[in-house]
Order: sequence, then C-alpha cells, then structure tokens
Amino acid sequence: MLEAYFPLIIMVVFGFAVAFIFMLLSQWLGARRGTKEKQTVYESGMVPYGNARERFSVKFYLVAVSFIVFDIEVVFLYPWAIQFKELGIVPFIAVLIFIAILFIGYFYEYKKGGLKWD
Amino acid sequence: MDLFEIIFYFFAAIVLVSALVVVLSKNIMYSAFSLLFTFFGVAGLFVLLNADFVGITQIMVYVGGILVLIIFGVMITTKVTGVDIKEGISGKLQYAGAGIITLLTAIFLSLMFINGKWITGSSTDVHATIHQIGTLLMTKYILAFEAAAILLLIAFIGAALIGRRKA
Amino acid sequence: MNEIPQGYYLLLAGVLFTIGTIGVLTRRNAIIIFMSIELMLNSVNLTLVAFSSFFGDSSGQIFVFFVMAIAAAEAAVGLAIVLALFRLKKTIYVDEANILKY
Repeated sequence: MLEAYFPLIIMVVFGFAVAFIFMLLSQWLGARRGTKEKQTVYESGMVPYGNARERFSVKFYLVAVSFIVFDIEVVFLYPWAIQFKELGIVPFIAVLIFIAILFIGYFYEYKKGGLKWD
Repeated sequence: MDLFEIIFYFFAAIVLVSALVVVLSKNIMYSAFSLLFTFFGVAGLFVLLNADFVGITQIMVYVGGILVLIIFGVMITTKVTGVDIKEGISGKLQYAGAGIITLLTAIFLSLMFINGKWITGSSTDVHATIHQIGTLLMTKYILAFEAAAILLLIAFIGAALIGRRKA
Repeated sequence: MNEIPQGYYLLLAGVLFTIGTIGVLTRRNAIIIFMSIELMLNSVNLTLVAFSSFFGDSSGQIFVFFVMAIAAAEAAVGLAIVLALFRLKKTIYVDEANILKY
C-alpha cells in the first residue's frame, strides 16, 4: 500500500526543492537597492497603520472553537460515509443523533449571539 | 539501509527535534510553529504504519484545528517575548523533578527496549483500513461515538461560555 | 513489508512522552503547557497506532479518533480558561494564578 504514496513523496520533495531553490536564487541573483519606499511595511498596498504585535480579539477564538468542533464531527462521519451502503439503517439513526447533539451547541451559540461579528 | 528505515529515521528526527524546540524554546511563537512540524512528523509515521486515514485526520484536526486554536490563544494573550524559566528554590526543585523523571523513563525505556520481544513486519491485510474503521465505529463502538458527541457539545458550550467577554 | 520493528515506534513514543512531561513540569507559560500536553497525547496516539498496525486490529485506530476528540475538547476549554485568566489577572503564567492558594 505504501508504494501508492510514492508520487506524493516525489511531489513533496519537488515542491520543497522548487521553493527552496527559488528562494536561494532570488537571494543570490536579485539586486537589492533599498529605497525608502521599499523599506516600509507592505500591507497589500494600503498605508500601514497600527502595530503588528497588537492583541487579537476573542471573537477569533470563538470562531475557531466552533470550527474545531465541526472538524471533529466530519472526521467521525467520514468512515461511516465510506461504509454507508453496507451498514444499513441503525448507524444512520445513530449519526442523526450525533449531528442533532452537536447542533444543540450550534443553536446555543446562535441564540447567544456568538456568531455575530459586531 | 532500505527506504523504509530512511523514511522512519527522517520522521523520527523531525518529531524529536521539533518536540525539543517546543519544550525548550524561549520564544512562544517558535514553540507553536515547531509544534506544527511535530504533528506533521507524527502524521508521516502514521502513514508509515499503514494507518493512512489516521494520518490525514492528524493533519486535519491537529494542524488545521488545535494548532490554529493554540496560535489564536498566543495572539490573544501574549506579550510576544519573555523568558519564563523558573527562578529560585521552587524552580530548582522543578528541574530536579524533571531530571529524575527523565532518568527513570530513560532506564525504563531502555529496559523495555532491550528485553521486549518485538514483532517485525506485519502480516495483516493492510488494504483499506478505513472500511474496517467505519464498520467497527458503527457497530462495536457506537455508544462511544455518541458519547464523543456529548463531550464535544459540552466543550463547545463551555468554551463559548468561558471565553466570551462579560457584558 | 514493514521492516522496522515495533520497539522502535514504542521507544520513539516513549521519548516523545517524556519530552512532553518535562515541558509540563518546567514551563510556567500555560499555553506552552498545553502544547506539551498535546505532545503527550500525540505520543499515546503513536503507541496506539503502532500496536494496531502490528496487531492487525483496527480498534486502536478508533481509539485514536476518540483521543483526538478529547484533545480538541481539552484545547478548546483549556484555552478558554487561559483567556479568562488573562482577562482577570493579565498574566498566563501558572504560578501567578495563586489567589486560592492561601
């Protein structure tokens, strides 16, 4: 079975090699003339403001928690989905209960306004 | 030395070095990012052990979820740098404790390693572990599956409740 | 086909677990303690998968999923507690959270 991963290994090695070589080449061959405009912080063309070390808002954390819970849910559902035809109706009901339990948390979050950004 | 051994030692080196960086680094961002390499190394070892679905899950859950959560935690709380090695007598005691534990584990592991009768080579049907996992999860472990849902629900509501700023 | 003996994987998992233990014992930063706990959980996962693969039984891999679910729950709630601590005391060093100690 592991032989099936051989193309993946080649792709990873190739990807790393290309990225690394181009980085080295641009270090090596590229001209470096630091003008004042070039030295400023790049912020996608906007005028930079604020400090990069600023602390994040807790809202990002709450969104990440909601993400991770449903991430785990998908991990548990995937093996069931693979075996769906062989397993029949009882596991299907079990999975519905599983999703229903997790959606209690989702509705709680929704009602409490945890998903509103402002 | 054949290809399997080279891959194994490669991943093992990645795991151990990056785990040491996680524990010993002074900069918390370095710790967080070398944790990424530990997770990738362990995922590679899972694939090497014919558990490909577990390896993918490892990357999805740990790298895509837990590590992002940890980095958000760092970004929300941190004062970026700062040495946090213990000082004073309690710090010394902690280092002594850590040293003793390391020594004991080293002795135990080497004894286990020398005396154990280990299986070399697997004789199992290694194809399509995910089908077996799906069947087992939905028959033998179905109650644990539902219990995991309740655990996740509690964690979700608890984290939302504790993490939200009081109005 | 897999030429590496089982003991190698177990030794690696043991060393990884020890590194995690040292991190939990010596660091003060609560988030680094979390990372060390994740290292320990990962080493347990490695042990489970190694036994599962050499034993020819997929149950070990299912335990890994439950360990991952518990790790995610632990990270979510634990980091929320750390954030609450930070909001309250402006610190995430575990030895400065000693208000219940005396």
